[in-house]
Amino acid sequence: MNALLFNSTLAIYAAATVLYLGYLVKPKEILGRIGQGLVSVGFLVHCGFTFNRYLEAGHTPITNLHESLSFFSLAVVGLFILFERRYRVFILGSFVMPLALLIMATSAAFTQVIPPLNPALKSKWLVVHTTMAFLGYAAFAISFGVSIMYLIQAHFLKKRRLGPMFQKLPPLDMLDDISYRCLTFGFPLLTFAIISGAIWAETAWGTYWSWDPKETWSLITWFIYAALLHGRLTTGWRGRKAAMLSIFGFVIVLFTFLGVNLLLPGLHSYK
Amino acid sequence: MNIIVVGLSHKTAGVEIREKVAFAPTQMEKPLSAVVALQDITEAVIVSTCNRVEIYATTRDIAGGMARLKRFLADYHGIPLETLESHLYSYHGEDATRHVFRVASSLDSMVVGEPQILGQIKTSYGYAAEYKSSGLILNRFLHKAFSVAKRVRTETKIASSAVSVAFAAVELAKKIFGDLSDKTVLLIGAGEMCELAAKHFINTGVRGVMVTNRTLERAQKLAQEFDAKAIDFEDLLDHLHKADIILSSTGAPHFIIREKEMSEVIRRRKMKPMFFIDIAVPRDIDPKVNDVENVYLYTVDDLNGVVATNLEQRKIEAAKAEAIVEQEIGQFFKWLSSLEVTPTIVALRTRFDEIRRAELAKTLAGWKNMPPDAEKKLDALTSAFMNKLLHQPTSVLKKAEQGNRNDLYVDALRNLFDLEAGPPQESMVELEE
Repeated sequence: MNALLFNSTLAIYAAATVLYLGYLVKPKEILGRIGQGLVSVGFLVHCGFTFNRYLEAGHTPITNLHESLSFFSLAVVGLFILFERRYRVFILGSFVMPLALLIMATSAAFTQVIPPLNPALKSKWLVVHTTMAFLGYAAFAISFGVSIMYLIQAHFLKKRRLGPMFQKLPPLDMLDDISYRCLTFGFPLLTFAIISGAIWAETAWGTYWSWDPKETWSLITWFIYAALLHGRLTTGWRGRKAAMLSIFGFVIVLFTFLGVNLLLPGLHSYK
Repeated sequence: MNIIVVGLSHKTAGVEIREKVAFAPTQMEKPLSAVVALQDITEAVIVSTCNRVEIYATTRDIAGGMARLKRFLADYHGIPLETLESHLYSYHGEDATRHVFRVASSLDSMVVGEPQILGQIKTSYGYAAEYKSSGLILNRFLHKAFSVAKRVRTETKIASSAVSVAFAAVELAKKIFGDLSDKTVLLIGAGEMCELAAKHFINTGVRGVMVTNRTLERAQKLAQEFDAKAIDFEDLLDHLHKADIILSSTGAPHFIIREKEMSEVIRRRKMKPMFFIDIAVPRDIDPKVNDVENVYLYTVDDLNGVVATNLEQRKIEAAKAEAIVEQEIGQFFKWLSSLEVTPTIVALRTRFDEIRRAELAKTLAGWKNMPPDAEKKLDALTSAFMNKLLHQPTSVLKKAEQGNRNDLYVDALRNLFDLEAGPPQESMVELEE
């Protein structure tokens, strides 16, 4: 059941991604519409998978890389659906769905067997800490996709290349706005994730902060996004610079999440 | 019944003729009732816009009907027919259908793809419906034309791109800012194209307009015209950061806005994007301004390039639209020719006869010890029965045809007995040739 739900989600996301990428090159709105429908179905199946996994494991299914990546992807798709409904631009999917699919496919590369729960994770903080962290990551992921769109669109406008792709991409200010909204949503979540993590660390390990690699890199991520938001509010970091910084920020997010788990030994290395 | 079209448009007549034959939209009752009162004209719709005046009508007598419509146009407006005749075109049959479908789809417009014409035809049809000058055929015909226009609109991109410089500027601004309702436009200098572009922006809906000119007097005059705020030309750089869209066309021999000043201005507005449209020749704005972060500079040549590409695109889309029109003509004609009386009577008889034969065969097949002449007698009986039944409706139909009231009967009959649309009548085929 678990594997079936997981693989169905993966297949539906793959189909939706193909359609969205098709929409990018072909002037057929129907591709975007079907893609949108598929994503909704895929999201429901994905929710089903996550819930089923919760029932089978008996705890929040965000305890190893397979589960975390799947939940990360779920959060990205969920947020994407919200933003697509709000702004009504299919082409957002052409940039966000490949990312969601990639995360899901990476998740498939790790063992799907439900392991016994690591005793260190047996806490009510697990659900709070991980959910917030991944929702925050998902918001940064959408901002990443939108920022790439921004750079492409700005490039077209500067070079006066007003082709079919230019016509399909939404206005610059809308992209800037979506990206900013993502950051104002993701940043508080990341902040709470770090705070809740610190509180949890105090109860589990006896100290609020132990400069574990995950903690260090989370702090770096937090500073990057804090700088981005601060710069926007004071001196007006927006447009291309903000887009580039947001892309850089997401690369650091990926390292904080994956790089730290896989490369740097520490208290957070759950595989 | 035939559909005929008589009229003139921007393609056949200059404005001095068109304005003479135009009908006032508020007084359509008189001309509409005059047209349907003409001999052999049964239904009529009059379309009158600044680019065309056309009468759509139905008649039995194509040549006579056209002549009477032409005469009506001349007499009604008090113009000698000889003067008018050379500007008039007339179509019947398939050509008339094609013409009206193309007009409604904006394929015959001065600017192909412009959206107003459909609304104008809808209004004209509204008058005809109100004054009951249109009937079954023109109702169906115009509704078909509307649905063809809708198909063209949704299935092709004929109207999706800007084909004037001013409009292209607005479209580009929308690609940068999205919503323009909270944006400010600054007009530097004056000039026809600049003012036209400003008008387009105002029509689209912007928050405010500022104007500046070397002579304050001229600036104030423009400010009044656009309900804008006049700015002293010397203070231009102090106000520049408040503007999102800048239209510039001064007669200055040198650049009035340079890269260095722009870096300062864009910082002052917290890096919010700015869109410059330089219409002046020689140019007002240093091309290097385009290199400043979040500043987008377009010259009139760039916009002309956009327009040229869009026009090319429209031509391609227009070809797709023509194909849709052709397809729909066939469908409509199938229905129209089904309204003819003779093929309907034939179809009705065939339908009844089929049923009669089927029932007869059923009865005979199950009859043991059948008397030798039973088959013949039953055949005669059922035939006579059928003929008696059909006699009355047939003669009513034929009578209605003489009085030009057959369409409703035929349409009802075809629906009641589910008769397929018949082949076009011979007389119609002859006329096509």
